[in-house]
Amino acid sequence: MTTPSPAAGEPVVDSVLAADHALTDEEFGGLCDLLGRSPTWTELGIASALYSEHCSYKSSKIHLRRFPTRSRRVVHGPGENAGVVDVGHGWVAAFKMESHNHPSFIEPYQGAATGVGGILRDVFTMGARPIACLDSLRFGEIDGEGGARMRHLVDGVVRGIGDYGNCVGIPTVGGETGFHRSYNGNILVNAFALGVCREDRIFTATASGAGNPILYAGSRTGRDGIHGATMASEAFDSESEAKRPTVQVGDPFTEKVLLEASLEAMRSGVVLGVQDMGAAGLTSSCFEMAARGGAGVDLDLDLVPLREASLTPYEIMLSESQERMVFVTQRGQEKAVVEILSRWGLEASRIGRVTDSGRARLTFRGRTVADMPVEPLVDGAPVYDRPAAPPADLHQRQQVVACEPPEDPLRALKELLGTPELGDKTWIHRQYDSTVRSNTIVGPGSDAAVLRLKGTPSALALTSDVNPSYCWLDPRMGGRQAVAEAVRNLATVGAEPVGMTNCLNFGSPENPGIAWQLRECIEGMAEACRAFDVPVISGNVSLYNETEGEAVHPTPTVAIVGVIDRLRDVGTEGDLHLVLGCGFWRPADRVVLLGSDTGEYGGSAYQRLLHGVEAGRPPAVDLEAEAALHRLLRQSRRAGWLSGCHDLADGGLLVAMAECAIARGLGMRAAVDCGPLSLFSEGQARAIVTLPASRTEDLLAAAETHGVPAREIGEVGGDRLVLDFDGGAVDSAVDDLRRVWAEALPRAVG
Amino acid sequence: MKCGIVVFPGSNCDHDVYHVLNHVLGQETTFLWHQETSLEGCELVVLPGGFSYGDYLRAGSMAAHSPIMAAVRRHAEVGGRVLGICNGFQMLLETGLLPGAMRRNRDLRFLSVDVHLRVERDDLVYCSNYRCGDVLRMPIAHAEGNYVDTEEALDELERRGQVVFRYADASGQLEPGANLNGSERAIAGICNAGGNVLGLMPHPERCAEEMLGNRDGLGLLAGAVAAADGRVGALAAAGG
Repeated sequence: MTTPSPAAGEPVVDSVLAADHALTDEEFGGLCDLLGRSPTWTELGIASALYSEHCSYKSSKIHLRRFPTRSRRVVHGPGENAGVVDVGHGWVAAFKMESHNHPSFIEPYQGAATGVGGILRDVFTMGARPIACLDSLRFGEIDGEGGARMRHLVDGVVRGIGDYGNCVGIPTVGGETGFHRSYNGNILVNAFALGVCREDRIFTATASGAGNPILYAGSRTGRDGIHGATMASEAFDSESEAKRPTVQVGDPFTEKVLLEASLEAMRSGVVLGVQDMGAAGLTSSCFEMAARGGAGVDLDLDLVPLREASLTPYEIMLSESQERMVFVTQRGQEKAVVEILSRWGLEASRIGRVTDSGRARLTFRGRTVADMPVEPLVDGAPVYDRPAAPPADLHQRQQVVACEPPEDPLRALKELLGTPELGDKTWIHRQYDSTVRSNTIVGPGSDAAVLRLKGTPSALALTSDVNPSYCWLDPRMGGRQAVAEAVRNLATVGAEPVGMTNCLNFGSPENPGIAWQLRECIEGMAEACRAFDVPVISGNVSLYNETEGEAVHPTPTVAIVGVIDRLRDVGTEGDLHLVLGCGFWRPADRVVLLGSDTGEYGGSAYQRLLHGVEAGRPPAVDLEAEAALHRLLRQSRRAGWLSGCHDLADGGLLVAMAECAIARGLGMRAAVDCGPLSLFSEGQARAIVTLPASRTEDLLAAAETHGVPAREIGEVGGDRLVLDFDGGAVDSAVDDLRRVWAEALPRAVG
Repeated sequence: MKCGIVVFPGSNCDHDVYHVLNHVLGQETTFLWHQETSLEGCELVVLPGGFSYGDYLRAGSMAAHSPIMAAVRRHAEVGGRVLGICNGFQMLLETGLLPGAMRRNRDLRFLSVDVHLRVERDDLVYCSNYRCGDVLRMPIAHAEGNYVDTEEALDELERRGQVVFRYADASGQLEPGANLNGSERAIAGICNAGGNVLGLMPHPERCAEEMLGNRDGLGLLAGAVAAADGRVGALAAAGG
């Protein structure tokens, strides 16, 4: 152990400076104890990054333990750059979701772009080639006051995601976009990526083998993004604008060559471990790799390629410049990796070596600037069990407000379809390449995206979900519902869920009401994961999503991946894109409604968007009824009975029917025995399916076996949507509905 | 037919073209690295979609000066087949192997959507599986596909019959609303005077298999590897 000396011009560290780095007095005291002295300026920067919520999960760790993380398919659970599951036929899928909320609010284009870049690197550092992205976006109000700023954010975020993913050549095949005033001061940008590789080609981010060289590859290090991880762990205030320089700038072309070069290097056989430099840059990559390998590292910071020579060790360690990687290779074999990288036009530099000291020793211009124990800093970061209590106004939120039936259900339907929330999202997803890599059977705008897995008879299905209003009214039920809806979406295409990732977006955990929301949401999600046998294999926590004390609605975004074992069971090859989509396409198909309505309006689109009421209890999720519905849908898909399926979600039955009709301009005539209000209920565990008349008996019998209420309600055909209900009827040209739906978002974004 | 797909660092449709030529059409197919100077005896050279060198200048402008392009130019000049798709089409314009240039799409946004194309030539080997007036559905995915040239040059292009595909509606009518990127004369694809060099913005390789719900593009790639007399051997062999 050496005692590091401060470099010229560096301040002497004290508790005031530590507080500026968001370290509490206790955390600072612990750090001094750990080192046996005061930290240097560089060491303080490193510790503050590693102790940030973003890197340490200090406020969420104790809750995250509630998630089930194992199954026979899980290869790598949480803790790696991305989780990995077995998807059959010798293939594994690596996936993860991550937030880039704060940077995207400050600088939407770069913030969103680098969010995509970061999540792609998390996937390909596992040795998996990315084949799909999803994006879950939450914006504030885009009309009314403040709407101009929000429209600018929508435009920037969508362009940023598009330009980055399009250039790297990864299709964006789905996602969701919501609008709610709780995001007026803090938007959410959650990016998901999935990659695949052969099961024996998986890599981990581990530094091992004393003496093995550490290579730095990719872009040079600049001043951008310094302290991004810490920024992501603080609430917004009026000074946040001044943080624009801490937003990183992305270069998707460098990402693309880094992707190709990294995969080629990993195939060369001499790479032992790989890690990208994401949040907290070189600090987290080196410390985390060393911690996983139970090793230490010696780094010579003079060898780090820099954009400008004047960077200090502090800045070098905390820069979040994008498109950078660290490789650990077999000793004496780094040349092979350097050659591959340079063939792709990438700079590579040997910046240090793995040691068995268990310490990170950093030198700069001949002096030691940091000498810290690795394991206690990474795994021994503080863990808080923050005080949690229901928010004071919870009781008030949950007061049921009576829901008036619509005088004119058709007008209500059109109003709902005409909101940006439920309207067509084509304006967004046609800015994303959704067909590159030629695997997309079902792309954006459906319940679940479906991608074939080339060379196998199978397909992967992906979906993301969360209903923040439900979570705000009852976080436990909202958490359950997010998982239930995602698994249901996968079941609509016949896919078995194999793994889940999530992005937990909340306000400040130091507020007991928020800490309670976090705990309850996780508990609800975990209950549903256990009920549906879905392991959580990766995830991300984004706290402090609040501005001037106003927190966002609790938004635990869930993304679940499923497997369809044999596509040919589901439908004939040429029809798969129709059968697996959720629109009507074949006249004379019968329409069957599965599940029974429980008459739920709390947090519903009907109450929120038409009556401005967000109150009461969200729809109850009966986990057994859900699981039975999922089993029935998967069985029906495997048997090849269904020509289409759409779950009932936001807006309820009538909205779901309209969406099915709008998809291909084909109508339906049906009758249900309920009143007009029920058409807008958001009761869970329901779906509508279509199938040829010859298969209805099979389906109804299977439904009975599974205990799922099922009733044939009508028939596909014509160019009108006609639905008879108790005391009236809805009757509209499908094209009229389509027009209202299609114009909603373009009009709102101007 | 031996096929070569040129790989630039930012190519991202190279594997998709390979998949169709090799796995669907059964052709011997190889990748050609952008820094090479030989086409290794390939009879069909494909310049695939992507972002070649990042395309921070104009799309395809840097790629036009890469080492392999000299070989591609010689191949084209002696009548060899060169097919440029999307970014590959942009490169053909930048090298001068095809006339004209690309601007940003009319609404300045990336466009990822299925479009309809009307076939304007059926005497080219590339179009040997199509008839004039056929309407094809294919995806586009680009930010710079708004074809432009001078009025005189456009007239000349038309007079020589070098317009191969135009954006149209589903019934084959040239509607302004069907020409999403704003191309002059609704041009989606053109060939050189000899008909051996073809460039188009839409992606035939993404719609060449039944499973993806659309096989309209298979005919074009099958034509690209068909015998010189234009017989439709490859497509028939692929079960089309």
